[in-house]
Amino acid sequence: MALFGQTIICGFLMGGVYAVIAIGMTLILGVMKIINIGHGHLMMVGMYVCFALFASLGLHPYIAMFVAMPCLFGIGYLLQRYSIQRVRFVDTILPQTQVLLTLAIGLVFVEIIRVIFKSDFRSVYTPFSSKCLYIGDMSISLPQLVSFGIAMAFVAGLHILLTRTDFGRSIRATAQDLDAAKYMGVDALRVSSLTFGLGMALAAAGGALLLPIFYLFPDIGTPFTIKALIITILGGAGSTVGALSGGLVFGMAESLGAVYWAPGYKDVVGFVIFLLVLLFMPGGLKTVIKR
Amino acid sequence: MAYLDIKHVVRKFGGLVAVNDITVGLEQGEIFGLIGPNGSGKTTLFNTINNYYPANSGEIIFKGIPITRMSTHKICRLGIGRTFQVVKPLRRMTVLENVMAGAFLRTNSATKARDKALEIVDFCELMPRKDMPAKDLPIADKKRMEIARSLAGDPELILLDETAAGLNLKEIEAAMVIVKKIRDSGITCFVVEHVMKFLMGISDRVMCINFGVEIARGTPKEMSRHPEVIKAYLGEEYVKGK
Amino acid sequence: MAKKSWFLPAILGIVAIALPPFLGGYFQHILILVMMWIAMATGWNLLGGYCGQASLGSAAFFGLGAYGAGLLHLHWGISPWWGVIAGPVLAIIVCIPIGLVTFRLRGGYFVLSMLAVCETIRIVFLNWVEMSAGPLGIIIERTWGMEKLPYYYMVLAIAALSLYVVYRLMKSKFGYYFVSIREDQDAAEGLGIPSTKYKMYALIPCAGIIGLAGAFYMNYMAFIEPNVVFPLIISATMILTVMLGGPGTFWGPALGATIFVLLSELLRAFAGPVIGTIHYLLFALILVLVIMFLPNGIVGEWAKIRRLFRGKKPVYVGGE
Repeated sequence: MALFGQTIICGFLMGGVYAVIAIGMTLILGVMKIINIGHGHLMMVGMYVCFALFASLGLHPYIAMFVAMPCLFGIGYLLQRYSIQRVRFVDTILPQTQVLLTLAIGLVFVEIIRVIFKSDFRSVYTPFSSKCLYIGDMSISLPQLVSFGIAMAFVAGLHILLTRTDFGRSIRATAQDLDAAKYMGVDALRVSSLTFGLGMALAAAGGALLLPIFYLFPDIGTPFTIKALIITILGGAGSTVGALSGGLVFGMAESLGAVYWAPGYKDVVGFVIFLLVLLFMPGGLKTVIKR
Repeated sequence: MAYLDIKHVVRKFGGLVAVNDITVGLEQGEIFGLIGPNGSGKTTLFNTINNYYPANSGEIIFKGIPITRMSTHKICRLGIGRTFQVVKPLRRMTVLENVMAGAFLRTNSATKARDKALEIVDFCELMPRKDMPAKDLPIADKKRMEIARSLAGDPELILLDETAAGLNLKEIEAAMVIVKKIRDSGITCFVVEHVMKFLMGISDRVMCINFGVEIARGTPKEMSRHPEVIKAYLGEEYVKGK
Repeated sequence: MAKKSWFLPAILGIVAIALPPFLGGYFQHILILVMMWIAMATGWNLLGGYCGQASLGSAAFFGLGAYGAGLLHLHWGISPWWGVIAGPVLAIIVCIPIGLVTFRLRGGYFVLSMLAVCETIRIVFLNWVEMSAGPLGIIIERTWGMEKLPYYYMVLAIAALSLYVVYRLMKSKFGYYFVSIREDQDAAEGLGIPSTKYKMYALIPCAGIIGLAGAFYMNYMAFIEPNVVFPLIISATMILTVMLGGPGTFWGPALGATIFVLLSELLRAFAGPVIGTIHYLLFALILVLVIMFLPNGIVGEWAKIRRLFRGKKPVYVGGE
């Protein structure tokens, strides 16, 4: 019984961090209508920034995060403004050219990192990396708990940004109806670029929060892009609330799969969920909740 | 039983009822017009016939076969063709290739499809443009190409959605000629329009809807005098005049 | 669907058949890679470029083809050469349920969902050790030892076969339907085209061709393991070669594949000793630039490229 509770809690905590990454993707999807295939890869870049700061200055990831986030924000902004924007409205033979550009960009970053850091596995060991909290018979990893807390703070902050600020309103307007937003005076290009940067910053945050838990290597991004996609679909594209709830559900399901099925197949659990959602709930969790 | 029987069809989008219990039957070989102001539900009704949006309730029966929730391509196979309010050309294919795409419905041979397509392109007076990429066509020709594309599949009933929208007077007259030619070749036409001249000039019978509900039905002449129709289009004040 | 001039390809074909016996082993190896990637790119282009369904998980078919051959050897001691049948068959059998589910998705969702499928297959092959030998992979003895020439003619035949299959398909009803689905799936449905069925008709030869290339790979490289045949980089390279050469064109994929292999080898030879994997980086960078400035690939943007070199400004007359 304790194992079950522990598994659920562990999954819930991880889910919170996944949610941050997924929210980044769903924001970009909502505003730009593009699925960012490079999402996980740019998250990886954020993780390497934190790692580099840790290796050279001994900075804890939770602090280095505040360097990585602005870095990734800037990179994201520039990428969208000067690269992706060029092909967004071009009529190409292959309809998904824009999406494939995000893939190519992601791969560029993977290879840059590989050249600098090689493919070796890296890890960040902090004083409390292996500390646990004990509730009854259940042990809960302290880093996971703290990561979760920080993740939720970000989600709350984002919620305030989206609902209380002008910028947030521009984002939501652009996501709902690009033309109407433009007529209202929203600078769509600026909003897209800032949103892309924001999405990247969130991915970097999520990555930094995961850094104490995972081994780091250049190809780590791919499974996370897929997880973010699954959560985005689960929660309904463009919905931040959906991404949050989807992330938590996903995290718990994955954790249960890892413990009760097989640890190696953890990522497959996500895929099974994905299949089921595809087959039975094309609109995502939102449609279920509304009923 | 009518050729195309639409019985109590309802289509909702969330809280908005776009088509509210419409019942109408088309006879084989006629040109039946459907008019109504913008947003009255005309195109939505077409979309339910074709199953692009399934009807929430009601029945649609074609030649005695219920097609209410049959998949779109099967409905086309049964003999219902369709043009779109906002044209959907197969952009990078030429006009001839577009029409061939329609012709392949009834044949597997590329040669036969090409021959059929040439025949139809000629029928629709598009021969001079046959090798032009569809995306480069002016709007009137794009619409005509869409009609040709549907015709190539040998439909028995064709749904023409706002064929005259965006056309100038001359183009409208040319379109009217084509639609009459189509009917004379034995194909029933269900025409949605809000350009009066076009619709009144070719229809045998007309139905007017507004807010998803039928408000009048009759011959074109009767409709142009009908108070409800005038009210829907021009407003209350104009009714007293006629 | 412009008329193709057969002169240049015919010349290249003759060179491809006659030249290799005079080249050294290294160059023969390069040509083998070129032919293999031509087959894979051409196969991917059928579903991705012509039918508009860009799959980011096609390495799944490559790996299934390779393992189709390898498993015959591993479990039943059958020569992996039978893999040229078993490989594509396995790839096709698996692709059918995959397609039926993922074709419900459109656009970017489809692209990524195929990646999810491929990753899952990779994880299964990595973990289900009794079936696949897991991370240890499968090693076989090469039939012709260090001789490269027989392998070359084999893969040349595979490349020629894939080009032929795509050519015949695109000239037929299938080709018209594939492009119709790409251009406007809803309009296509309204013309009586069952889009899911025809997407499957594009997926099956695509999976078969890529699977065949995979089976060849098993026999030629003599070693496979899940992280070699199923990773993102293989799927991505298939896409990127096609995007470089020209998606939805006939010779585009072959051109892109040739440039990719030659460029990679060139970069590896010159920059490799200095900075290990820099050739991948440079290729990815070139890719980004190509997508940004020549979004329809080299063949697709050929008119634009010609104008650039002639220095003429484009003149627009009516519909031209």
